[in-house]
Amino acid sequence: MGKNDERILMGNEAIARGLVENGCTLFASYPGTPASEILPAVVQFSRETGALIHTEWSVNEKVAYEVALANSMSGRRSAVAMKQVGLNVASDPMTRSAYLGVVGGFIAVVADDPGPHSSQTEQDSRFFAQFAKIPVFDPSSPREAKEMIGPAYALSEKYEIPVMLRPTTRVCHSRQNIQCEAPGVSSGKADFKKNPGRWIATPQFLAELHRLLNEKLEKISHEEAFAPRRSLGGSQEKEVCVISSGVACAHTRELLEDLGAADDVDLYQVVMPYPLNRGFVERVNRTYRKILVVEETYPVIEMQLLNSVTEGRRSGIVPGQGELTPDVIEEVLEKFLGRPSREKAPARGKGVRPTLCAGCPHRASFYVIKDTFPKGIFPSDIGCYTLGMNLGAIDTCHVMGACISQGAGFYHAYARDGKDMPTIVVTIGDSTFFHAGIPALINAVFQGAKFILVVLDNATTAMTGNQPTPQVGIRADGRKGTPVSITDLVTACGVRFVRSCDPYETEVFSALLKEADEYARKSDGGMAVIIAKHPCVLDREVAKFQPAYKVHVSEDCTACRHCLENFECPALVFAGDLDRVVVDDILCIGCGVCDAVCPVGAIVVEKGGER
Amino acid sequence: MKQQIILSGLGGQGVLFITRVLAEAAVLKGLEVLTSETHGMAMRGGTVISHVKVGSFSSPLIRSGKADIGIFLHPRGLEAHRGYIAGRDGIYVNTDKPGEYHGFDATGLAAKLGSPVITNLVFLGHVVKTAELFCDDRTIREAIEKISPSRQLELNVKGFETGLKGDL
Repeated sequence: MGKNDERILMGNEAIARGLVENGCTLFASYPGTPASEILPAVVQFSRETGALIHTEWSVNEKVAYEVALANSMSGRRSAVAMKQVGLNVASDPMTRSAYLGVVGGFIAVVADDPGPHSSQTEQDSRFFAQFAKIPVFDPSSPREAKEMIGPAYALSEKYEIPVMLRPTTRVCHSRQNIQCEAPGVSSGKADFKKNPGRWIATPQFLAELHRLLNEKLEKISHEEAFAPRRSLGGSQEKEVCVISSGVACAHTRELLEDLGAADDVDLYQVVMPYPLNRGFVERVNRTYRKILVVEETYPVIEMQLLNSVTEGRRSGIVPGQGELTPDVIEEVLEKFLGRPSREKAPARGKGVRPTLCAGCPHRASFYVIKDTFPKGIFPSDIGCYTLGMNLGAIDTCHVMGACISQGAGFYHAYARDGKDMPTIVVTIGDSTFFHAGIPALINAVFQGAKFILVVLDNATTAMTGNQPTPQVGIRADGRKGTPVSITDLVTACGVRFVRSCDPYETEVFSALLKEADEYARKSDGGMAVIIAKHPCVLDREVAKFQPAYKVHVSEDCTACRHCLENFECPALVFAGDLDRVVVDDILCIGCGVCDAVCPVGAIVVEKGGER
Repeated sequence: MKQQIILSGLGGQGVLFITRVLAEAAVLKGLEVLTSETHGMAMRGGTVISHVKVGSFSSPLIRSGKADIGIFLHPRGLEAHRGYIAGRDGIYVNTDKPGEYHGFDATGLAAKLGSPVITNLVFLGHVVKTAELFCDDRTIREAIEKISPSRQLELNVKGFETGLKGDL
């Protein structure tokens, strides 16, 4: 590697680079937008630099946190990464790890998604850090995210405390030119020192551990290296200041310059929103007549300022929800500074909604499920298959793994009423099943719920970029792992009806669904599980090995739109000039599933032929 | 040099690749660069957008009406993203239909080439030739060569050059 190694790095790659350069020895994660690209970059940079790092796609975020934590307890630098709702799953080990502390530096990268763009909430993980009593850093750019890793490890080791790095989508998925360095520090050999009072910490030890934790936080709040930095404004303090953090601070800085207000306002960048530097709080409250706080997404800094004059989310000048885009902050600053408002062109539409890919096996599954049980109740879950909502084939999507428990809840709700039990078909992806579906399935079996569970097994975590799942037996770095069979797991959960099929075989799948429904309705029946197996067609190798049929739509098409509305394959498009549906040959992969869809048989699939 | 560029399209059209090409080109020119991209569910055929800011900026996002150039790989992006560009001069749309923009049928030309998947590079070639971009076509070609996977390199360069020429 040359001295001047400048590269364009995505925020997530910059974080990975920072971890590798700063001696991280174990990195665990579970995929989730916007955090998914960190792990592949750790693998790539560790290969490139020869740094020895154990990397893993753990089965869920809680497991990832615990694996990394024990590595830290052995004295080695560790890190874990997840999206914000992943932290809900990992919150149990995290809150206790604040009390017990760490040994080797420990960084939890938790990526927030203000907006949200790809999440079920827009919760603020800095608030979670405050709740758990751990310090949190809030980078405003990819470069800064990388630069924060070294100091975060140092702080973590100095106080033996986990540290959170909280980037947001706009940092994770931005790219910037960044200087790369060779890996420097490396932790020593694993050396776990037994200490039952700390690592077992029964309740009698906890008040003392809590006191120690409070003492650490008090000291950290006086660490001048992590105090807010003046980002704009000269040496002379003004009467007005804006306090900001994260990417919102980057937006604010640029806006104040563009508005020509850089000389009238002091702008402070808060690099560590919790614990907020004590001296800063006193100085701000003493100095400024007007204070505005701009931060995403909850008022974490604002509430620590402990005064009644600060403007922000509580005063209503900053919207209480949604992403703080530059356009939103511009309006806030215009109001705060008493400037006239600039006219903006409103967006005229939201654009095109996403849809399952052409040839996606989930589309086949959903079409058959809905067609077989038009009046069913369809709880589902998180992944590409949430797009089943476009087909009217899913009714719920809550949090990872919830669909199975919801299926059980719906069963018990209807079971009380006696007859008229609707068919309940739950759909869950393979990765989601491993993540949080297994305890829910055990519970459903044990508590006597009777419904159909379809595991949509496409052998990957497709939505987040095709990360491998445990039944495939390939690990994060490409090495072989021990495959864990879904059929074996389902059987071990106590399910007596377990079948597999390829959902492309629509008639076979429909017949299996009916058989499953009969079984679930029998007095001595129970949970019925069908594993719908067909690999994700985004994988080039898969597309290569499945037959590709020539598909066309004949003039018999009556333009009834049944296929467009109930099948929604992007390769079936309505041609206005012909007044019928046609096949887009560029998008069509020739799966041939649409053969079963047209009510008048106008979709012609030439089976046996090549595309 | 400061320039703000919006790239709009549908998931799967290659907006991300063009974003990376422009970012690499900026670095080759010794300029600072910041981009912002769409990842996640929208990539499954939904409307996606990238912001590219070349020069000294601190925010990765472009405000409405502040983009110098808008590159629309699909006309459906206009409804959501047109407001980023003031006026019509900087708007380039991959389409065969006339409108209040610079239209160019890169999809048709890529099909003539026999490679619909390089529509994005064909269109980029056209934009590089027509718009006042922060760099010239040689820098863009160098960037394409730098980041293309080897099995894709020849085709990518061919697509870009075809777009530059405007025809086969």
